[in-house]
Amino acid sequence: MVGIVIVSHSWKIAEGVCDLAREMANGHEGIIPAGGLEDGSTGTDAQRIADAIVEADSGDGVVILADIGSAIMSAEAAIELLEDEGREINAVIADAPIVEGAVCAAVEAAGSGSVDSVLTSAEESREVNKL
Amino acid sequence: MPSKIYECISKISESIMANKDYLTELDREIGDSDHGINMARGFQAVMEKISPDDSDIGVALKKAGMTLLSKVGGASGPLYGTAYMEAGKIMIGKTELLPEDMKAIFEAAISGIQKRGHAVRGEKTMLDAIIPASEAYSAKISEGSDMISAFEAACSSAREGVEYTKTIIATKGRASYLGERSIGHQDPGATSAALTLEAIRDYMKGK
Repeated sequence: MVGIVIVSHSWKIAEGVCDLAREMANGHEGIIPAGGLEDGSTGTDAQRIADAIVEADSGDGVVILADIGSAIMSAEAAIELLEDEGREINAVIADAPIVEGAVCAAVEAAGSGSVDSVLTSAEESREVNKL
Repeated sequence: MPSKIYECISKISESIMANKDYLTELDREIGDSDHGINMARGFQAVMEKISPDDSDIGVALKKAGMTLLSKVGGASGPLYGTAYMEAGKIMIGKTELLPEDMKAIFEAAISGIQKRGHAVRGEKTMLDAIIPASEAYSAKISEGSDMISAFEAACSSAREGVEYTKTIIATKGRASYLGERSIGHQDPGATSAALTLEAIRDYMKGK
């Protein structure tokens, strides 16, 4: 099953989004938060994200959703750290809002979607009207 | 005796710590008021990670880069982290820094920052200090200057670059939300980059 990593400056946001996404993907164990810094303060940590990617991957690849500012840069740095270590994980970053994107990605992943289809699902969530 | 690279990184760390409040104040004006705090947290962790026995310049720079990627928290983490990592990659196995190595370090750091930040010169970022510094350094070295004189020129150009950031609009990072209101303020990232280069110069001069 394709893994999902939620990157946020806040660990509470990352954990909370994962909780919501898991409700939509019964039994999917590869939805992993990477929020805040190790000491609990606000920020993003490329090493924490890299560890989450490894944890989320079951061999089918990982889709990453990230919030604002440095989150994307840290996620990109995390993917490079894993490449430098010689790990072959197909990890991609979705250009999507993290809450809606995570829910859509979780549904698609739980339905045995591929990295491409999970990524598309997450990114299509941008187009969903709320009103 | 501590290794040269350890002493040089210590010097950078001391400067970042000494300017923590100043950098944060600059960031309060056009950003999210955390640049000094974030950089100080990062360098405190760097000093815990590297050892006075680290004589391999590449190893020490990579350790510093990994730590900055992890501990800074804000945008300067992945940017400086990548710069140190890329510089480290080309210095693996070296314990002495030759003038040509410094040129290569500048270029590796700049391409790392550009890759990570998708920025170019003139966007009110650290690149506006580092790119002119690199150019000034390379020009002096090709004229036959010694490394310290070339690095002095690099520091002057970096400071001119910091001044230049006061005149332009931010198009990257949090400051970009301010648009024209960012004019008149110097960029905190360019400032920390200039401080970094000045710390390296002071190390070279034995200050």
